[in-house]
Amino acid sequence: MAPIAAPDQINPGIEDVIADAERRHHGNDPIADQTMIINMGPQHPSTHGVLRLVLEIDGETVVSLAPDIGYLHTGIEKTCEAKFYQQVVPLTDRIDYLAPMINNTAYALAVEKLLDLEIPEKAQWLRVLFNELMRINSHLVWLGTHAMDIGALTVFLYCFREREQLLRIFEAVSGQRMMTSYIRIGGVSLEPPLGLFESIRAFLLDFPSKIEEYESLLQNNPIWINRLKGVGYISPEDAIALGVTGPPLRAAGIDFDVRRDMPYSSYEKFQFKVPVSNESDVWARYVLRMQEMRESVKICLQALDGMPEGRIVADAPKIILPDREQMKTQMESLIHHFKIVTEGFAVPAGEATSSVEAGHGMMNYYVVSDGTSKPYRVHMRNADFSNLQALETMCKGRLLADVVAVIGSIDIVLGAIDR
Amino acid sequence: MDPAVFGTEAVFEALPEDPAVKALRDLATDAKYDRGELTLTVARESIVTASEALRRAGFNFFEDVTAVDWYPSEPRFQISYSFLSLGMKRRVRVVVRLAGDDAVIDSLTPNWPAANFYEREIFDLFGVHFSGHPNLRRIMMPEDWQGHPLRKDYPVEGYR
Repeated sequence: MAPIAAPDQINPGIEDVIADAERRHHGNDPIADQTMIINMGPQHPSTHGVLRLVLEIDGETVVSLAPDIGYLHTGIEKTCEAKFYQQVVPLTDRIDYLAPMINNTAYALAVEKLLDLEIPEKAQWLRVLFNELMRINSHLVWLGTHAMDIGALTVFLYCFREREQLLRIFEAVSGQRMMTSYIRIGGVSLEPPLGLFESIRAFLLDFPSKIEEYESLLQNNPIWINRLKGVGYISPEDAIALGVTGPPLRAAGIDFDVRRDMPYSSYEKFQFKVPVSNESDVWARYVLRMQEMRESVKICLQALDGMPEGRIVADAPKIILPDREQMKTQMESLIHHFKIVTEGFAVPAGEATSSVEAGHGMMNYYVVSDGTSKPYRVHMRNADFSNLQALETMCKGRLLADVVAVIGSIDIVLGAIDR
Repeated sequence: MDPAVFGTEAVFEALPEDPAVKALRDLATDAKYDRGELTLTVARESIVTASEALRRAGFNFFEDVTAVDWYPSEPRFQISYSFLSLGMKRRVRVVVRLAGDDAVIDSLTPNWPAANFYEREIFDLFGVHFSGHPNLRRIMMPEDWQGHPLRKDYPVEGYR
């Protein structure tokens, strides 16, 4: 197999970076050495987890860069194959742990496609409501940590103040603050408690003023502006070629949002704008995510206003666990409960892909069934994984300090990359 | 939901205007339209040609590639590519089947840089070789790891 000339866009590996640097060095003369290899991470505060970068720098300019991932690889895809379909839901929480309900939705949609299940309207609207709250949650963590990386520590505390309110809402509806497993195959797991919608509404009505508060801390801050503007540029062609999705793609001027363009879970019934920018730098991504939070608030309010009545799970007794009350009084329900818990439910053979817009970009779940009660293969396509491929293009030729800003702007979660 | 259609002839007849079907009419060896998703199977040799034909048909975004291990049946590996058209808002799945003792396929990374990490992941976890890949090394597992964890003959708990 003959080696081929790699185009510029292709990411080099760590070994390539080191070999290139060594080739550029002239013999062993230390004065002639122009570049230097440095290691960043895996335990670096600004790498948002355990990302390791190997950088070749010339002075302070990045010559090339290679990400090294896999430190958080826990074999979730393999584990899924050993679990019943319904037992996979808690595993999906741990993929992108900042927005577990979006992962649950993506998985549930794929399995429901295989089962050909009709989901009641109320469950779909609840999914939309909590998907958008999760998006706000995910963006709040992004903003807090991104600003902290740049040096604006205060914003972090402000963001986590609002995130705490969101986590309380998630706890009220699912019993868990972070690993919610709220969205299940066939619907959602629990009826929202009384008074929850009022507290969500109170949060949403208050939240736009909080966004303004964050902006008042950042928007006119000269350090923030200088660190963000013009940094981390990627052309729209490169963004498409490298598989970038989500806010970085829209910041590059490509108007694509799965929620609007390939709607799922009745997103077509909601009115919202998809913010797009042409600047394609870290600043544009920051502005875009701030606008996205405002749009999410609008979607949530629409969901609360128009929340339909009815069931929260599909009418499929062989797939969905029965009501506790019924289980104690009806033999059929008891049998179904026993069968689902001990044997799972068989899913017709075939393959299905679901696609949702997660906080970080397009998230696809590819589920293959062989007709048994355990998935034959579950594959997650997370935006974080392919967005990371664009890191080199965004950082090349820029200062080392900008790498930190760019990592923040592509908003990666290592749980979603390493799986 | 639209009824499922299986077989090249039936799919070509059912979806004559589909851009992906038009692009791969001569290359597809098998086809299916199931659960609203179009899957076209192509031969191993024609994957690069097929991906370029799809690009000309408007499928400009390389979304994903992954493998499915059908051990112990043969051909063992199913490589599932997913191409998305940002303009037409539709996707197509392209499948290539590989024998277990000859799991080698041309890499798409030179033409589609987005395939880089995905192909490395399949190489790492399934042991499928991508010829022409500029940097085919393990990505998730340590460099000295023995075996390919997502293969069906690899125990869930790992080798002890």
